[in-house]
This record gives sequence, C-alpha cells and structure tokens, in this order.
Amino acid sequence: MLEYSLIAGILFGVFFGFMALGLNLIFGVMQVVNLAHGDFVVLGGYLAVVAYSSAHVNPLMSLILALVLFVVVAYVLYFPLIPRLTKSKDPEMLSLILFFGLSQIIEALDVIGFGNNPRSLPLAIMGSVPLHFLGQNYQMAWVITALVSLIMIGVTYGFLYYTRIGYAARAVMGNRDEAMASGLPVAQTSAIIFAVGIGLAAMAGVMSPFMIGSIDPSTGLGLTTIAFAIVVIGSLGNPLGSVLGGLVYGISVMLMQTYFSSWSNLVPYLLLLIIVLVKPSGLLGRGVRNA
Amino acid sequence: MLSPKLVSRRSHMGTNVAIPVVLLAAFSVAPMVYANQAVIFQMMAFMVLAQGVNLLYGFTGYLPFGYVGFFGIGAYGMAIGIELFHLPGLVALVVGALFSVIVALILSPLLRLSGAYFAISSLAASEVLYNVVANPALVHLTNGPYGESLVQSYHPETSYIAMVVLLIVTTIIVIVIKNTAFGRALMAIREDPVSAEMAGIAVVRTRTIIWIVSAVIAGLTGAIFGWHLSVFYPSTVFDLSISILAIVFTLFGGGGTAIGPILGSVVLYGLYNAIGISDPQYFELIYGLLIVLLVLFLPGGVVSLLQRRGNYVP
Repeated sequence: MLEYSLIAGILFGVFFGFMALGLNLIFGVMQVVNLAHGDFVVLGGYLAVVAYSSAHVNPLMSLILALVLFVVVAYVLYFPLIPRLTKSKDPEMLSLILFFGLSQIIEALDVIGFGNNPRSLPLAIMGSVPLHFLGQNYQMAWVITALVSLIMIGVTYGFLYYTRIGYAARAVMGNRDEAMASGLPVAQTSAIIFAVGIGLAAMAGVMSPFMIGSIDPSTGLGLTTIAFAIVVIGSLGNPLGSVLGGLVYGISVMLMQTYFSSWSNLVPYLLLLIIVLVKPSGLLGRGVRNA
Repeated sequence: MLSPKLVSRRSHMGTNVAIPVVLLAAFSVAPMVYANQAVIFQMMAFMVLAQGVNLLYGFTGYLPFGYVGFFGIGAYGMAIGIELFHLPGLVALVVGALFSVIVALILSPLLRLSGAYFAISSLAASEVLYNVVANPALVHLTNGPYGESLVQSYHPETSYIAMVVLLIVTTIIVIVIKNTAFGRALMAIREDPVSAEMAGIAVVRTRTIIWIVSAVIAGLTGAIFGWHLSVFYPSTVFDLSISILAIVFTLFGGGGTAIGPILGSVVLYGLYNAIGISDPQYFELIYGLLIVLLVLFLPGGVVSLLQRRGNYVP
C-alpha cells in the first residue's frame, strides 16, 4: 500500500506540477494572479473530450491543438486586460478580482456550451494494459500523462533558460523596473509569457480527465487553489519548483487517500494554510505585509 | 451664525441617519407589499453580508473570498445550540455568533498575509471548515453531510425581525466606523500599513478588531438564515457563491461607503431574481462581465461616479 501511494503520488505530483506551471509563470512575470487558471485547464479538458467523442482525436494530438489555440486566445486577451491592470493602483489585488470575473465568464460559457454534467475520457484510450511495477498495477494513462508532463516541464525549462525571450522573462521576474531600464521589451515579453502560461494550462487540461476523473464547469476554482498551493510550496518562476510543489501535493493526497480517505479533500487547503502560516514568506518571499 | 462647514456637516449627519431609517421602513413594509417573503429575507441577508465584506475589503483592503466560512459556522453553531443544548432560537443565535468569533480568532494569523495570499488562504480556510462540518466522522455533532433539520423551532416571523434588526445594527456600525477615527485608522492601514504604524495606529489590534466584527456579522447572518430556513445542508450554508455575491455586490456599489453595498445588493440581487433563478448561467455570465468591466473602468464602484464630481457619499 505504501509503495503504491508513493508511486501514484509521484505520477500525480508530476502532473499537478505541470498543471501549476502556467500560473507560476504569469504570477512571476506580471504579478498578476490568474484566478481563471483552473478554468483554462477545464477548457483544455473539454477540448480533449469533444475532440475525442466527435472525431476520435487522440488526446496526444489534442495537446498540440490546445497549445496553439490557447496561445492565440490568450495573446489576444492580453492587450485589453493586462496593460490597464499593471498601470492601476493595486495590480495584484485588482487582478484577483478581474480574473475572478473572467473565471465566472468561462464557467458560464462552459455551462452554456457543454452543460452541467461531468465529462470524462475513457482511460483505455491510452492502452488498456496497466503498467506493472514493484508488485502493483498503475494505469497506463497515468504513466503517459506523467511522461507528457515531465517533457513539457523540461521544454518550459529550456525555453526559460536557453532562449532570448526566456532570458527576458527571467529578468522581468527578477526586477521589472531594471529590466525596463536595460531596454528589454517588457510589454512584449509579458504578452508572450501570458500566452504561454495559458497555453500550458490548456495542455495540462487535455490530460486532466485522466487524472481527476471527470471535469465539469465548476472544477476550475478547485484546480486554481491546488495550483496556487503548489506555486507557493515550490518557488516562483522556476519550473523545477513547480515539480517540487507538485510532488509534495501528489504524495500527500495519495497517502491521505490510502490511510484517511474521508479527510483527503482537505489536503490541498490544509497544505496551503500550513505553508502560508508556518513559512509565511513562502519560498516566493513575497507573502507578508510589512506590519 | 453657523459656518458653512458646520452646516454641511449637519446635512451629512442627516443623510447618514436617513440610511438606517429608510432601510427599517422599507423592510418593515416590504412583506405586506410583496408576497414572496423569501426574496426579501435573502436580499436583507446579502445586504448584511455585503456590509461585512465592506468592513473588511472596503475599509481594510483584505479581500475575504472565504467569508462564507463564518456564515456557515454561524448557521451550524446555531443548529448545535438548538439540537444539542435545546436552547430557544434567539439564544442559539448567540451560540452561532460565539462559534464565528472562535473561528475568527483561530484564523486571525491569516491577517499577516497580503493581497492574493490572504484572499486565497481565506478561501482555503472556508473549504476546510466546510469539509470538517460535512465530514461523516462528525455525524453526532453536525449530522455530517445529511444536514440539519430544526423544524421544532421554526419561527419565520421572529427570524425575519431578527434579520431586520441585524441589518439596521450593521448599517449603523458601518456608518459609525466610517465617521470616526477608527475608520480612518482602518483606511490608513489599507493604504500603507508601515506609515499607519508610524503614525501611532496599533495596526495588529485594529485589524483584528475589524476581522472579529465582520466575522460576527457573517456568523449572525448565517445563524438567522439557518434559523429562518430551518432545514439546510452543509453545501447550502458553505456555498462559495455566497461570498462571491457579497463581494460583487460591494464592488458594484462601491466599497468604503455605507450606501455602496446597499445599492449593489438592491440592484444586483434584483437582477439575480429576475434572471438568476431560472437561468443561473446567464446571470453568471453577466456578473462575470460586470466584474471585468468594473475593475477595468470603474474600480471604485457606482458611487465613485458621484465622488468624482466632488459629491459627498455616505
């Protein structure tokens, strides 16, 4: 039982780390809390479900579709929303409310477009033979999702550390004003990171029906909270921090489900509270008022 | 001869006194004019909650996404008072308020967090409360997920009057706080906690007091609400959309004023009743759009249109 919880925890943890990655990037670069993050994940999930049920598109193909589609959508959304926000008096607080409104809009559109019923993908699409490891069986879909997540985290890492936009993004994360003073294209970088962050959320969404069972319009807010907890546990802007946060979350959830199953819903919320209260600066270092 | 300044102060006093008086008159007459008492009752409940959010967000800048946690705990505290201790309804309300104070004290370390961290942590805290109350392990105390049924103490008239009283008292509290040094201390903390501390404001004590006051307001609202319904489930009284509506009503009207949350509740709750019951998704769409537009173009709410022209807004 213990081995099973640990290994399943790692598989889930890698996925949830990937799920939180986009929130991490956007928060890091723009100081904007994308409360609609979970809703973009859910939209990615709907894309996969609809593509599979109407045209038998394999979710692995939907991944690419989701990335392209949502990068474009987010890039278009950036210009009316973010520049006005960053100029306002209290961008962090106002962004919370603004993206909360966006999240309500997406939820409402989900209900109008897809109905209230939970939708899911059959696990057997990814192969019906379970992976046998250390005497336990694991769903093939979980293993493949974890692999996809690892690859995408690696790609994001490469993007941040080995491309010009990635350098610029990390400079903006470090200090926005200095980045601007050194002549970096801060606005352009922000727009690209915003688009990439939401594209990544939608990609994680494509795989999410395998990991969270089913999706419905109200799944989003819970996913946002989980992602926020993971971002706080890990460290800002560093994709490896998201993996760490994801692993902590995944393993704790699996252990709770095995040993105290009726309390396992509490895990993300308790983890978040413990982290912000016990180590209030978080690994992000920005969590505390000065007084 | 009165100086012009003194005259204007007196007329402000008049508008401030008028608000609770008008509310009292409106909600005393309303049940005789409009047959659907449930709608009027819920509008009052949301008005009180919006004022509670106003005290925290409008004056202090803490956005409590998990405000419904106090509401739910108040309702369950009241239910425990009736079911376990066999108290009369009005006394059980005090038990509900006590429970919300205890929870507020336990959660007061959250006030150390800033901005987004506070908002999301308070949401997490309310989810923890919900999952604890609804847990099958607590079935002897809260009846777990199966809900509370208090039909033996169902008093719709008394609970209606209790809600009117709570609304009036809350409105007076907001007006008093707004017009005293305490309210200005809160706004100073909102603008800059460090400068406020240096100006001699006891930041930690002040914000803890307002936190407990707004928790009691939500707890009493939940207690009276639960008493009025007399049958409810954890998912009814810990419904996240309760916090959300209260926040949106406050934002729409304008935080930091006494009239803003009232205005927001009347207009938006009216809208909710017109279209929200039959087609909740269209209402959600409209208020989602409304939030986005408000933040981008009118972050001070509707009353800021008046304030911009230099008018006094109570």
